[in-house]
Amino acid sequence: MQEAQRPPVDNVVEMSHICKRFGTVEALKDVHLELRRGEILSLLGENGSGKTTLMNVLSGIYFPDLGEIRINGTPVAICEPKDAFAYNIGMVHQHYKLVEVFTAAENIVLGLPGGVTVNRRALGKHVKEIADRYGFNIDPNKKVYDMSISEKQTVEIVKALYRGADILILDEPTAVLTPQETEKLFEILRAMKEDDKSIILITHKLNEVLAVSDRVTVLRKGEYIDTVETESASVQSLTDMMVGRAVSLEIDRPIIGDKKPILRVTALTCLTPDKTRALEDVSFEAYGGEILGIAGISGSGQRELCEAITGLCPIAGGSILYQGFVNGFEVEENMVGKSPNEISRKGIALAFVPEDRLGMGLVPSLDMVDNIMLKSYRQKKSFLVDRKTPQKVAERLVQDLEIVTPDVFTPIRKLSGGNVQKILVGREIDSSPRLLIVAYPVRGLDINSSYTIYRLLNEQKEKGVAVIYIGEDLDVLMEISDRLLVLSGGRAMGVVDPRLTSKQTIGLMMLGHGPYQKEGAAAL
Amino acid sequence: MTDPVIKEDLTDQPDQPTCPPAADYPVCVIHEPFVRITKRGTVTARHKALIYLVGFTMALLVGALLIALIGKNPLAAYVSMATGSFGTKTSAAETFRLAVPLLIAGVAIAFAFKMRFWNIGGEGQILAGAIFMSHIVVSIINSGTQIAAIPLHILLILAAITGGALFGFLPAFFKTKWGTNETLFTLMLNYIAIEYINYLKNLSSWKPEKTTFPKIINFKNSLGQIVLPKVFGVHIGWIFALALAVLAFLYLKKTKHGYEISVIGDSLNTARYAGMNTRWIQIRTLLISGALCGLAGYFQVAGADYTLTETTAGGVGFTAIIVAWMAKLNPFIMIPVSIFIAMLKRGSLSIQSTMKIPASAADLLTGIILFFMLGCELFLEYKLVFRHSQAKIEKMIEEVSA
Repeated sequence: MQEAQRPPVDNVVEMSHICKRFGTVEALKDVHLELRRGEILSLLGENGSGKTTLMNVLSGIYFPDLGEIRINGTPVAICEPKDAFAYNIGMVHQHYKLVEVFTAAENIVLGLPGGVTVNRRALGKHVKEIADRYGFNIDPNKKVYDMSISEKQTVEIVKALYRGADILILDEPTAVLTPQETEKLFEILRAMKEDDKSIILITHKLNEVLAVSDRVTVLRKGEYIDTVETESASVQSLTDMMVGRAVSLEIDRPIIGDKKPILRVTALTCLTPDKTRALEDVSFEAYGGEILGIAGISGSGQRELCEAITGLCPIAGGSILYQGFVNGFEVEENMVGKSPNEISRKGIALAFVPEDRLGMGLVPSLDMVDNIMLKSYRQKKSFLVDRKTPQKVAERLVQDLEIVTPDVFTPIRKLSGGNVQKILVGREIDSSPRLLIVAYPVRGLDINSSYTIYRLLNEQKEKGVAVIYIGEDLDVLMEISDRLLVLSGGRAMGVVDPRLTSKQTIGLMMLGHGPYQKEGAAAL
Repeated sequence: MTDPVIKEDLTDQPDQPTCPPAADYPVCVIHEPFVRITKRGTVTARHKALIYLVGFTMALLVGALLIALIGKNPLAAYVSMATGSFGTKTSAAETFRLAVPLLIAGVAIAFAFKMRFWNIGGEGQILAGAIFMSHIVVSIINSGTQIAAIPLHILLILAAITGGALFGFLPAFFKTKWGTNETLFTLMLNYIAIEYINYLKNLSSWKPEKTTFPKIINFKNSLGQIVLPKVFGVHIGWIFALALAVLAFLYLKKTKHGYEISVIGDSLNTARYAGMNTRWIQIRTLLISGALCGLAGYFQVAGADYTLTETTAGGVGFTAIIVAWMAKLNPFIMIPVSIFIAMLKRGSLSIQSTMKIPASAADLLTGIILFFMLGCELFLEYKLVFRHSQAKIEKMIEEVSA
């Protein structure tokens, strides 16, 4: 009887009525998904729409509260990742799960049943076979800690294939790749598709969806919206499905005439705790009334750059000059060697939105009021804290930025990522800075919140603030920045005008080679 | 020979999964594990009370099983525990006397724990306080100095606070300077305090005259004014302890210091980002934590023991961790919690003497009750989900699809 009900299409995976609840949060509400043999299916949705949760259900990490999973038409129960392996499902997580001190080959066989010895030659040969079949570049004997991010990703994919995966799930695989690496990955995916593998690509980048997938399944806030053929979809139609209403995707770039220099960084060098160079000889200037974008593969020194300027990271050499009013006089003040407290006492109007919002910018278990006063609680002399003033600020921010929270006394860890970020950006902007550094300000945010953040940054720029924007989405960086500094391996590869430079050129600079390498910061 | 790790053929049939495919069901099927744990949403106060009530009942039932196993009457044992701790005026006073150091040390520990500084050296800090004050007591006795009660007690309190604070300062200093592990550090300091008392016991100037047995003199006999006055049958330490709970609550909630402690406890990086002097704040808080433990030591010596032994702290430093944790680091809630734990302790002493239940079994009973009470925490956050019937699943799907 079951045979008769099955549709004629060759579905390798069918998920129906999947529900999953975490506490009061309904992560998945009656979600459906069909994956055909030999296709690339994009699973599209904003952050928090349940894409990863759905795939974690398929790969055995979560057990659904309700719903059915069929593999090749047979209902199955996937209680743990081991079961998913048995059904030939392999998942490459967003955060790679590799042992750093092992080689590629060792990571690939890790945890597989077998004897105590490893036949490295046979293993290497086998890995090579898989690599050749799909066009991977992999050195089985290279240690993971020596690998670039894209090499690590390759190991993860080969690991899944080695275990016999026919159904491959990739969670946001391009988030950390340069444009060139992304294109390479897509070629590999197409080759795997030719080989009758079925691939689910979790993503929120629309142009990638259009470039590589056959069909798209869209989720929104844990609900199933629709599945469409990629051919009949466009960036706008997919966005509208993802957000639930028509949205404009334009990012403004107002032009400000009068630009005043505010920050001049010269030959900045910082060391990591193990004495390697995190930043080497980085020089640039930031002007009031502009947004200076900083592009680079993650881990190219972005974090150290922010933390060096804000006094959180020790500096090995170079200077950071702040031009502005310090103690009432307009001077150039060297910020090197000053602690965050000294910087604020000097009256240097510096605001910083760090990358790690809940681990550095905010205190997750405290409420909004307590978080608003994080930097200002010291201002009054009293031994007791004044919560009245920050409460007013908090209430105003809730109004102005449309922050969704039961009240200002709710611990902020209970709020969604977008609201948390609005609180952080709101607090920093409320300190009326002249220099505003934001690191990955829209990471994990839905489209609406992202555009609110862009608007806030542009407002600051129009007020004459120097904004330094560290981002990972090159498309956004190129749209919002007035100038773009490219970092690679802790070195400044040059400053370019994003209006006049191609994405490919910037991609090459991110990889450490390119036309601007020699000229360095002098290019602009 | 082929290596067993290499699969010969990737197209091999997959291994049999641990959960077998379910049988043919017409609509929809989930083959659930029999029971699994999932996160709970918000819990109402009533639900919370119910969870604790169930936990307590189960603790009593399991405890009853234990008592029955050793051939005693469980009901009689529980009655004896209750009357032993609150039956008479004397026993109630004794229970409250036990609760005083628990409350003070619990509050002290909460200061450090709120900052995620795992101070398990309460025991050592209590002893350090007791040691410092005992040094003063012994030198006063040996030199024959006359001193009035009030200056004596001020001097002793200062000494005890200094001793405790020193034992709090050391781990904080080393942690903030070189990143040492505070858990090991504070634990080791406990042994130093105990061994130092063993050393003092053997000093001729600390021993009673004409005895070779290593024991420190009873201070009450030579320095009568050391005995703390009693209010309602318990030494006045209980008033201090209650006042301390209130003050600690205000300090943690209303002052800048308290705010800094909560920020550091949540994220040291955020505190650094906010420009806080994280090193000094940690040291300052541990000075307070240690000093309060030292104060607990003072009350123990001047209010109850009138001498110094290696059991002066008697495990209070460790039990205080349970007090602080059960009260969720809230000084107010620590008041009933410390009384409850003191009651268990008194009660277990009582069943030892009246029912001849061995000391180890009585301690086991206390442990069972605490285990269940702490175990309730799990059920406040998580719930067990049992396998649903097929009819239930179909109904759920209908609801969801609607």
